[in-house]
Amino acid sequence: MQKTLKRYFPIFVVPTLIAFAFAFVIPFIEGVYLSFCKFTTVKNAEWIGLDNYVTALSQGEGFGHSFWVTAAFTVISVITVNVFAFCIALLLTRKLRGTNFFRTVFFLPNLIGGIVLGYTWQQMIDAILYKHGVTIVSDFKYGFIGLIILMNWQMVGYMMIIYIAGLQNIPTELIEAAKIDGATSMQTLFKVKIPMVMPSITICIFLTLSNSFKLFDQNLSLTAGAPLHETEMLALNIYRTFYGRVGYEGVGQAKAVMFFIIVTAIAVIQLLATRSKEVEQ
Amino acid sequence: MKRKVLSMMLVLSMAATLFVGCGNSDKSSGDSAKKDDSKGSVYYLNFKPEVDKQWQKIAKEYTEETGVEVKVVTAASNQYETTLKSEIGGSNAPTLFQINGPVGYQKWKDYCLDLSDTEIYKNLIDQNMAVKGEDGGVYGVPYTVEAYGIIYNNAIMEKYFAMDGAVVQSVDEINSYDKLKEVVEDMTAKKKDLGIEGVFASTSLKTGEDWRWQTHLANLPIYYEYKDNGVSDMDKIEFKYSDNYKKVFDLYLDNSVTEKGLLGSVDVASSMAEFALGECAMVQNGNWAWSQISEVDGNTVKAEDIKFMPIYFGVDDANEGLCIGTENYWCINKEASEADIQATKDFLNWLTTDEKGKEYMYKSADDGGLGNAAPFTTFTEDERSDDPLAVEMYAWMDKGNSVSWNFTSFPSQTFKDDFGAALLQYANGKMKWNEVQKMVVDEWASEKAK
Repeated sequence: MQKTLKRYFPIFVVPTLIAFAFAFVIPFIEGVYLSFCKFTTVKNAEWIGLDNYVTALSQGEGFGHSFWVTAAFTVISVITVNVFAFCIALLLTRKLRGTNFFRTVFFLPNLIGGIVLGYTWQQMIDAILYKHGVTIVSDFKYGFIGLIILMNWQMVGYMMIIYIAGLQNIPTELIEAAKIDGATSMQTLFKVKIPMVMPSITICIFLTLSNSFKLFDQNLSLTAGAPLHETEMLALNIYRTFYGRVGYEGVGQAKAVMFFIIVTAIAVIQLLATRSKEVEQ
Repeated sequence: MKRKVLSMMLVLSMAATLFVGCGNSDKSSGDSAKKDDSKGSVYYLNFKPEVDKQWQKIAKEYTEETGVEVKVVTAASNQYETTLKSEIGGSNAPTLFQINGPVGYQKWKDYCLDLSDTEIYKNLIDQNMAVKGEDGGVYGVPYTVEAYGIIYNNAIMEKYFAMDGAVVQSVDEINSYDKLKEVVEDMTAKKKDLGIEGVFASTSLKTGEDWRWQTHLANLPIYYEYKDNGVSDMDKIEFKYSDNYKKVFDLYLDNSVTEKGLLGSVDVASSMAEFALGECAMVQNGNWAWSQISEVDGNTVKAEDIKFMPIYFGVDDANEGLCIGTENYWCINKEASEADIQATKDFLNWLTTDEKGKEYMYKSADDGGLGNAAPFTTFTEDERSDDPLAVEMYAWMDKGNSVSWNFTSFPSQTFKDDFGAALLQYANGKMKWNEVQKMVVDEWASEKAK
């Protein structure tokens, strides 16, 4: 079996690898190269060194502000999404009637695409705010809270599924042993269940973290960064830099490279931290 | 054995779906490659989504008549620049595209062919209208002239004039900002009797929908400031006429169908629908809006009741007319093949000199045409669009006094977007006018420097 695997694995891996190289690796390397150039379209690039990075971090570009908005949004969504998802997963792993139905219903929002979601929520939130004579773009807080609500609505179902799978894999002997030893349900939760579910927690936090940091579609359709770029997150800021002015494509590209480095760093740190807490099954 | 056969069949059918895709594209590109070598082809990236249907018809008819392949792709609203950027970097780049003026030219100059020896440049009524480069070459030829101002519903105005205590008896008496303000405020007081929700349609301030204020209305203070200094571009402005702008803007905000605080969610289509349904008497927009008004379900505005009025600015009202100009210049892609370039030039000549081509250019949208007021000597007096706003535009053009379009020299899209965002903050009460004014002056200077 091992020999067959060794002989035939290229046939299975190579097509995907080629597709991956074309769609991801090559554009990525080209992007890093272009971030050091001044260009209008990919064909007419001139090397200018670190100038793009200097401009990207300068005052008027809004990179700093977008970074803090994105960071705040990420912290809040990671906490809220995971807490809600875990609580709902706990509820839906009991022997109640209709748990399958509820699981389906909670998962459905995840199937709706970002742009449609943003637009629909914008209409709904505007309808509520109409009674108070304001709209979602009247103030930073409306847009920000709207984004958090949207993110939760979309992601809780997905994370819940992962948590349910994790919870169902906890060996029942451990729970029974804890009960026999006289542990309260709270103690069982924190000392037995959560450590056993740590791999799921790693994955869920990683997914929510990277999804929140990279959020674009929902940001664009919910507020488009209004009012006056206050709710603009990093991805939208990069998009706007690239298309907003003549000659700023290199700056946009530089911001994109920095964005990649930030997201990768945060994701790697998070993975290392939570992996070290995983317990052997 | 059965399982092996079954799995073999599954694999083959999956592989077959892959090859189906490849096969088709090869065939079609093979065909067009044949056409390419002999006659060249045209690929036009169209700017206006509202006339896409007409362009597809034109492309088909031209191909049938001459055998030259014409492909027209239309970019989505507000997505022209991004679509052009991605298309022009590809292998089958557009051969014909458009720029919005001198600022657009700076962005695309590496791709614009010099058109000084083409027929369409020679046929321009006013060759100064074309976009010229520093080297004196001609890089953009305008293909339509447009006008904007305050569109009003004459039926509602007549109703107002017939009321007791009306401030004026006919529209001709509204010839200055102060008079306009008086009339509008009186109409707002009497709006229940007039059966309208507000005098002006909503001031759409949603992101991407605010171009009527950050570009069109903003043209007026800049036009007057340029005039005072005798120039057509400035690196720093004082925004001298910001008070006049504020007065007109406040008039729009305070006398409209929607409350000020809710304008961040209104788009242009909703405003035009309000006008079409008779909920308001006036809306600021241009002659391209006719198709938007006439196509609204339940449209109550008759063609003979739609008229234009200048946006009286309170600076030199006696000599003010509609804002007339162009933001649509045709450019031919310098990087295209010789055959394609010639095919594109021939296509443009057909559109501006051939009987059928001209019909498509000038006939209004209702008659299946593009509704372009083409500024070429090859179009006679009879070859003009007959939709009501175009007729009004020609009438005002003949009077003279038109305000030229100077917003083509605004520093950048970012400047315009930020101006619009500041106006939204002002409407929401989050920014005071002097802060908006300061932001405009500072950003103009900083964007011009970039």
